[in-house]
Amino acid sequence: MAAACGLAARCLFAQEAPPAPTTQPSQTSNYFNPSVSVIGNFLAVAGHNPIENLPAASLRESEVALQAIVDPYARADFFLSFSESSVEVEEGFATFTALPWKLLAKVGRMRVAFGKINTLHLHVLPWPDAPLTMVNLLGGEEGWKGTGVSVARLVPLPGDTFSELTLQVFDGHAEGLFEAPNRGDLAYNAHYRIFKDLSEAVNLDVGGSFAYGPNDTSTRSDVQWTDLEGADLTLRWKPLQTGTYRSAIVRAEFIRSHRREPIEAQTGYGWFVSGDYQLGKRWWVGARVERSDRAADAALHDSGQAVTLTFWPSEFSQVRTELRRRRYAEGVAATEALFQLQFAIGAHGAHPF
Amino acid sequence: MRKVITVLGALLCAAPLLAKVKVVSSLQDFASIADSVGGNRIETYALAKGYQDPHFVDAKPSFILKLSNADLLIVAGLELEIGYLPPLIDQSRNDKIHPGNAGYLDASIGCDILQRPTTQVTRAMGDVHPYGNPHYWTDPDNGRVIARSIAAKLSQLDPAGRESYEKNLAAFEAKLAEKEKEWDAKMAPYAGTKIVTFHDSWPNFAKHFKPVIAGHVEPKPGIPPTPSHTLEIINLIKGEKIPLILVEPYFDRKTPDSIAAQTGATVLTFYPSVGGVPQIKDYFGLFDYDLDAFVAAMKGKK
Repeated sequence: MAAACGLAARCLFAQEAPPAPTTQPSQTSNYFNPSVSVIGNFLAVAGHNPIENLPAASLRESEVALQAIVDPYARADFFLSFSESSVEVEEGFATFTALPWKLLAKVGRMRVAFGKINTLHLHVLPWPDAPLTMVNLLGGEEGWKGTGVSVARLVPLPGDTFSELTLQVFDGHAEGLFEAPNRGDLAYNAHYRIFKDLSEAVNLDVGGSFAYGPNDTSTRSDVQWTDLEGADLTLRWKPLQTGTYRSAIVRAEFIRSHRREPIEAQTGYGWFVSGDYQLGKRWWVGARVERSDRAADAALHDSGQAVTLTFWPSEFSQVRTELRRRRYAEGVAATEALFQLQFAIGAHGAHPF
Repeated sequence: MRKVITVLGALLCAAPLLAKVKVVSSLQDFASIADSVGGNRIETYALAKGYQDPHFVDAKPSFILKLSNADLLIVAGLELEIGYLPPLIDQSRNDKIHPGNAGYLDASIGCDILQRPTTQVTRAMGDVHPYGNPHYWTDPDNGRVIARSIAAKLSQLDPAGRESYEKNLAAFEAKLAEKEKEWDAKMAPYAGTKIVTFHDSWPNFAKHFKPVIAGHVEPKPGIPPTPSHTLEIINLIKGEKIPLILVEPYFDRKTPDSIAAQTGATVLTFYPSVGGVPQIKDYFGLFDYDLDAFVAAMKGKK
């Protein structure tokens, strides 16, 4: 992967008169430009599904990333998500990397640190689709994205155990999840993460999340809150001697949604367990089992099973097929085949582990 | 009471002297050279192990802990660490080790870097490094440059240890000069010997020790062997009577072994880094081990 990030500070609001133009190498003007990348996500679907009626073929997302150092104190990352007919800022935030007390702050729009899967961009999900927990309890396929402030601090633990507490405050609007009737009705999230190397080849990543925000049954005078609790676990096995090209990863998440409503509160639960196994340098197989109630009507629940086969022609492209069967609360069972091609151009920065 | 205060006072004064400079490096090779130069004034930790593919290191949060307390970060640069180090540095909460700051050392600076592209590079060429080949520490002359850079940086961060670092650097350089004579003599009979390597990791090694790299098992950097390219390599080895195929320890030997079976060439696991096997304990041991293995593999082949 290649990336080029400008480092030197740049005066955005120079007070002095600009110098007279001089002849410079044309490349000079590019030194401080951000790294630019585009990741295309093509999805084709076969089978019949009246509930989640995805198109037969779509360029589901084109993610444009612009990433650079702002100044000696911060960096900025923008991820613009283009669908075939619209565009949105999936993430756009500044990260302040030079704060005291082991703090790391992000300001802007970002994927919320609720659980593990919700933090991942579409192109790094281990499946071509989102799990039911996200669809039913975190606002839909896109998951929970918030605009606000995030502050994370390392919490010392004995030994070489990584531990981090993240506190986040967001505007009270989040599509499909929160709807604030008043400006002051905000959404909050707290996430605590522990990571431990159990051996050189095995590590365990465990997290707990608690969030709440105003739901769409609120009125200006009577705000109804939804509480979300989550637990996530990721266990990885990856020998460092990569010549064998064998590794495995197990993921599990559990979410509880307690949605207060004027008449009757809804308490729904959802979970998934998935596993992926690396067969060779470029081949992976995986499976996922999932079940989730629906947030607005917890009496309704969906469930599913899926198997995946993934091939990486190179680091910069990926072909994945998924065979999934979902049973919906409406009594419909859908069996579908999903075919995904992802391809990256440009300098896309590495993602956090 | 006075005695207690005196002892406490002495301990407090001694504490800064006892505090070691914490050095984190991306590779064990830099940690080894830093150990030689820094002696007991520093403590080192390498993120990637010597038997690990340095292109693919997971950005594990446990590394964030190491980086958050580091006084100095030594990297190979040339984008070798681009896939994992930037997010680790950002999350380290340690401003000292950000690129451009005092605690950041790009070990490639001043080294003889080969294969700097002179034309436009694209990914049609495979996973090329647009700033040059990053496996430059495999030339001991570059090891000398790296040691000097580390000594200068340690002296800047820990001025009280300058004398010690200079003395250790002189000892390192003297030993390296002596070892280079030994290594060069050992490899002299094989100057001009054509070899094939799995990945393009060895241009600096070849420049110093004079074997000629005639081809690679990978058709392009980072792209696994294809049947047509493997056939080309088989024909190349047969045509040129190439005796050796060098394979880094983190690549699958299936294709090289198959090529060897069809050509009579010998496949030799060749270690690019300290720690590749337990016997390679330091930077000198890296060349001792590899060159002995090379000579042993060449016996009866010349």
